[in-house]
Amino acid sequence: MNPVFQGLITIGIGVGGIFLYFVASNALLDKVLFPAKGKNASRNINRANTVRPWLFLAPTIIALSLYLVYPVIGSFYRSLFNRSGDEFVAFSNYTTMFASSEFRTAFWNNVLWALVVPSVSTFLGLLIAQLTDKLRWGNIAKSLIFMPMAISFVGASLIWKFVYAIDPELGIINAIRVNMFGLDPMDVLQVAFWNNLFLMVILIWVQTGFAMVILSAALRGIPEETIEAAIIDGANPFQIFFKIQVPQITNTIIVVFTTTTILVLKVFDIVYAMTGGNFNTQILPSYMMQFMFRDDGRATAVAIVIMLIVTPVMIQNIRQARAEMR
Amino acid sequence: MDNIAGKKSGLTIAVNITVFLLVLIWLIPTVGLFVSSFRDRDAISSSGWWLAPFSTEQTFRGRGDVDSITQDGALFVLSGNVFQDPEIAPAFPNGEGEIAAFGDSGRAPGEYPAGEIADLGDGETLIVEPNGDYIYTVPEDPGNRGPRYYVVASTPPSFTLDNYRTVLNAGGMGQAFINTLTVTIPTTIIPILMAAFAAYALAWMDFRGRAFLIAAIIGLLVVPLQLALVPMLQLHYNLGIGQSFLGIWLAHSAFGQPLAVYLLRNYMIGLPRDIIESARVDGGTDFQIFMKIILPLSFPALAAFAIFQFLWTWNDLLIAKVFLPSSEEAKVMTVKIADDLLGSRGGDWGILAAAAFVSISIPLLVFFTLQRYLVRGLLAGSVK
Repeated sequence: MNPVFQGLITIGIGVGGIFLYFVASNALLDKVLFPAKGKNASRNINRANTVRPWLFLAPTIIALSLYLVYPVIGSFYRSLFNRSGDEFVAFSNYTTMFASSEFRTAFWNNVLWALVVPSVSTFLGLLIAQLTDKLRWGNIAKSLIFMPMAISFVGASLIWKFVYAIDPELGIINAIRVNMFGLDPMDVLQVAFWNNLFLMVILIWVQTGFAMVILSAALRGIPEETIEAAIIDGANPFQIFFKIQVPQITNTIIVVFTTTTILVLKVFDIVYAMTGGNFNTQILPSYMMQFMFRDDGRATAVAIVIMLIVTPVMIQNIRQARAEMR
Repeated sequence: MDNIAGKKSGLTIAVNITVFLLVLIWLIPTVGLFVSSFRDRDAISSSGWWLAPFSTEQTFRGRGDVDSITQDGALFVLSGNVFQDPEIAPAFPNGEGEIAAFGDSGRAPGEYPAGEIADLGDGETLIVEPNGDYIYTVPEDPGNRGPRYYVVASTPPSFTLDNYRTVLNAGGMGQAFINTLTVTIPTTIIPILMAAFAAYALAWMDFRGRAFLIAAIIGLLVVPLQLALVPMLQLHYNLGIGQSFLGIWLAHSAFGQPLAVYLLRNYMIGLPRDIIESARVDGGTDFQIFMKIILPLSFPALAAFAIFQFLWTWNDLLIAKVFLPSSEEAKVMTVKIADDLLGSRGGDWGILAAAAFVSISIPLLVFFTLQRYLVRGLLAGSVK
């Protein structure tokens, strides 16, 4: 069957099915199990109201436990088995992995990504948010810088493949090197160490808009009086920015920073499309994809390492949320 | 506050220039790709895309026209116009152009400037005027194959839609486009509906374990999807779903839940309590309140999440690579570009650029038309 029709049928079944589920299960609860009439009417209403939240939550809870909770255990369990999954090997996937130099390269590169990308994109985002705030065409500028958010990482990689192309008639970097400085063209993606930074530029290009939008809203939320008072006291624009505005939005800066850090640990597309992990540019997500479909034991071991790196952020987020709810 | 003391006009100019430069840096890569997608292979390899709006100098070769031969004493004279030559004419549709230089060997195609008589040795002479008229004089009868000449002509800027035609038909991007739509639309609509009910329960119903569930959802927001790949694919195979569209619909719908519930709950909890309470007093059931009051009022949040989910599923490579079959008919655009085009067409930049633009056109359209909702959604998710 043609996937397009299959898709249309899925929308029908999916949307219709979910509605049917809610209507039918609520009706069942109110009319059959605990009808709000007869001598137990008030007790029944209370009972129905204890059950109802779980009817509303059931589809989400099932989906989440199956696709996000079970995999944590499932992946860990699978990582204790060999390539074909039939022999228990305890932690040997992990010991082989930690011993491999490619894993260590990927790990340290990932640390570098997790430090550089969030810092640079948060910094640039903050800078642009502040600079565009008072400009007449600020909204247009923001919209254009925000635009890469809509582009896929594969698309972004391709866009930058053009920028980095060796041919000076094609790649603008090499065109500048050759025509303005008289140097030979070079493949920037093969320059040891720096190539990692060139790949990070792509993610920074995509993510700065996100930081900018959120920080710009935060800057606007600052009470005007604090800034006015500083101006009256004779503060210059830089002092106002660093000593009055930034301290008041520290929390938002931290949120932006951690969100971007988490993203860095998910993005395998850029390395995959640009270098395929060659020239020492491997990072953990792309390292994992090397083993996917070939050696599930090792692939899941890498996934568990990524999970362990993310865990502190997760705990921090939960703590913060609980503190806010109280 | 623009007119308060401490504001210097010099600073304003500096700010304008800085922002302008930043915007320029941000735009250049995309513009480069966009321009390149409309240039053919020759144009791309002969000049940078930043020169595309200007004329470029290109080398052409042709042969003296043997039908025009006249004899001048012992010499044979061939004449005509370069732009009428069957080998050159296709590049100049209106039959005009400007010759900068010419020559008689492929190694030095621009040896002589246009308009000068060149002595080619062995009694041969050649002159090509800037307007393309040439006179080629040779001592022997060339027979039915005219002697070779080369010219360097400046070609007017040319743009073509050929790359798009190739990519959509032969390149298979047309099919991939439809596949991407097939993946995206169900996985944008279905999770919203699931999450909206759950978000309502978490925002406006009181029950034991609510705080725990909210914390769990916030925790699940950051769980790396990589963990789900191996166990869930295995489970799909055990259930008989395998790698299929059904599989990816299920996966995307589930992976979208934490963000959807989080965003929608944040929004719904901000709705005025009075409306909901008075509806309860009037005897409305939770189901009615949800359908008639909460859902319509939450439209901005629903739209925001819909845009997120649409962009995320449209742009996704990881889930598509794992949960969809790797056969040609099931490839989505991101997979097509990353696995096929970058490999086999690595050097064909025009095709690559057109393919990339086909794949980013719809997200860009969505982005620019619905930006308002997207920004609102981002803010609901990260700023308190």
